[in-house]
Amino acid sequence: MWQFFHKLGSPKWFFGIATRFMPWLLAGGLLLLAAGLIWGLAFAPKDYLQGNSYRIIFIHVPSAFLAQSIYISMAVAAVVTLVWRMKLADVFVKAIAPVGLLFTFLALFTGAIWGKPTWGTWWVWDARLTAMLILLFLYGGVIALDRAINDEKSAARAVAVLVLVGVVNIPIIKYSVDWWNTLHQPATFKLTEKPTMPMEMWLPLLLSVLGLYLLFGWLACIRMKTEILVREQRTRWVRELVLAGRK
Amino acid sequence: MMSEPLLQAVDLECERDERLLLQNLSFSIVPGTLTRVEGENGSGKTTLLRILAGLNDAWTGELLWCGKPRAHDRESFHRNTLYLGHRPGIKPLLTPMENLRALMAGRRPVNDDVLAQALAGTGLAGYENVPCRNLSAGQQRRVALARLLVADEPLWLLDEVFTAIDAEGVKAIEALLQQRAAEGGAVLVTTHHDLQVPGMRRIVLGGGRGNE
Amino acid sequence: MNSAGRALVKPVEQGVGVFSAMLAVFARDVRVAFRQRQDLLNPLLFFVMVVTLFPLGVSPEVSFLQQSGAGILWVAALLAVLLSLDHLFRHDFDDGTLEQLVLQPQPLFLLILAKTLAHWMLTGLPLVILSPVLGVMVHLDGNSIAILCLTLLIGTPVLSLIGSIGAALTLGLRSAGVLLSLLIIPLYIPVLIFGTGTVAAAAEGAPVGGYLALMGAFLVLALTLAPFASAAALRISMSNS
Repeated sequence: MWQFFHKLGSPKWFFGIATRFMPWLLAGGLLLLAAGLIWGLAFAPKDYLQGNSYRIIFIHVPSAFLAQSIYISMAVAAVVTLVWRMKLADVFVKAIAPVGLLFTFLALFTGAIWGKPTWGTWWVWDARLTAMLILLFLYGGVIALDRAINDEKSAARAVAVLVLVGVVNIPIIKYSVDWWNTLHQPATFKLTEKPTMPMEMWLPLLLSVLGLYLLFGWLACIRMKTEILVREQRTRWVRELVLAGRK
Repeated sequence: MMSEPLLQAVDLECERDERLLLQNLSFSIVPGTLTRVEGENGSGKTTLLRILAGLNDAWTGELLWCGKPRAHDRESFHRNTLYLGHRPGIKPLLTPMENLRALMAGRRPVNDDVLAQALAGTGLAGYENVPCRNLSAGQQRRVALARLLVADEPLWLLDEVFTAIDAEGVKAIEALLQQRAAEGGAVLVTTHHDLQVPGMRRIVLGGGRGNE
Repeated sequence: MNSAGRALVKPVEQGVGVFSAMLAVFARDVRVAFRQRQDLLNPLLFFVMVVTLFPLGVSPEVSFLQQSGAGILWVAALLAVLLSLDHLFRHDFDDGTLEQLVLQPQPLFLLILAKTLAHWMLTGLPLVILSPVLGVMVHLDGNSIAILCLTLLIGTPVLSLIGSIGAALTLGLRSAGVLLSLLIIPLYIPVLIFGTGTVAAAAEGAPVGGYLALMGAFLVLALTLAPFASAAALRISMSNS
């Protein structure tokens, strides 16, 4: 058990595994996402209230899902960094924080585009949007702190503390923003007003969510591999790898 | 009784800013000895002392305190170790007396007469109630050194203690360290000063670099 | 130098209780602050000036100020605390007293708690005391002012406690001040929301007991968790210096 754990923490081992899995992640992700999007955009029924404009949820919802899951996964990795000091966890957090930022931004951006036809305005201080915006700030802080500290190990540990403090705060932020929202604007806008989503909408959404998760896995692997190469550039296996690649 | 090591380092290794600073470093510090950490600039003397003192946690290997891993009883370790670093730990706005009181406050109760005596012992008699920012660099340093005169801790870790101290002061400190070792204390120092003490041990850093 | 008459070296078995160690840390910070009184005034002046900007920059109308006054005061207080946080550990870090604090044979998180409480007493509490004057200037009624003060009294320690984490994380970094704000502002949002929300609820005549209890819960949570996070962050920053 412990040996497995240590192996898991070895960058070299991960590098090999990631190289083997990446094509599958990419292929599976693209396939599911394409299926979900084509089904959702072209064949799923119109919404009885919003018409075609609702179709952006096939991008919006998966992005929002990922934006949140990435932060949670960073928090898990942060615990691993602080408790077991596993190199791979450091690499993971550093590699995926910008991806999380990207998906958060994407969720906000598609939300704004959706808002225009639905609410008649690009931005509404809706509880979900505001909470998303704060999540964007949290990601920004994590990335800024990581960039500010030169020493890799210190950076990883400091970022881990910040991510954990953030993850304790996320439910509080979410709760307070919900409360603030009901205080300021009685629930006129709700993204989830529709009582039930018909199966023909729900299934393509599920497919795109799964597809985007797989694509995220692929993206995380690429970024982690790059980060590992940079960090381990002085080790023999990286040198051999690079030399072999040159031939 | 004298042979039992206070602090033992096994395979200490420390990487900083992508550079292997310390490597395969093992040694033990025994009561009644004076040890000098030697090495050129940037060889990791200060880093080693900070690791030993418990300020730097970014190392691998083992540190044993009285035979047990240090992490098991950190409080007892800190209670028995005195560290003086580059930065003297003196608040410029407070007087020497207030500074000493604050430094001792978390460790053990010491009454003011003892502290005043210690200040007098470092040549600061009459300056007890002058804010430290009005003192010279050497005098501020002496405030920090006054702690050595009231220190009970068996292990002293002293980083560049002779900085900004005049020749006479240096001699006095040398004598103090020697006496401390004779009494059964363990002293670890880094210094650029040419320290000559009979029976002094050495830890040389930077020798193991360059070969695979 | 001489140390005649000292006993032979023996291990130190017992030391000082943690409470008196905390008290010493607290007392030293307060003493240092009072030796440099201008630094105590700065956050207060900043607080007053930021509040002044709103009537000048937005509108001096009584109706606007009445409606937004609590929010303006809260934002200004939040910024004033944020501004003062950089000093929480920096001076101690520069002169080496922070090293000695970390090396004390005491639980570090409790010593940091003492430091943070001193910070609150020297910055947050004066803001709370000053806020009624500014409340009158933005035309809040008596009841709103009382509630506002109460929310600030509960809320500003939370700001100091959460802020101590950011101050510890950014210790010794370049442009630490701006970075500190980036890290900490998102975490301040719940306190701000409930601080101003409570005053708004009071203005509408709604009962505020529940909101105040919730803010109290924030305070308890911050008191129990923040010192641990700060202590961990401080050890990391120390290792890096």
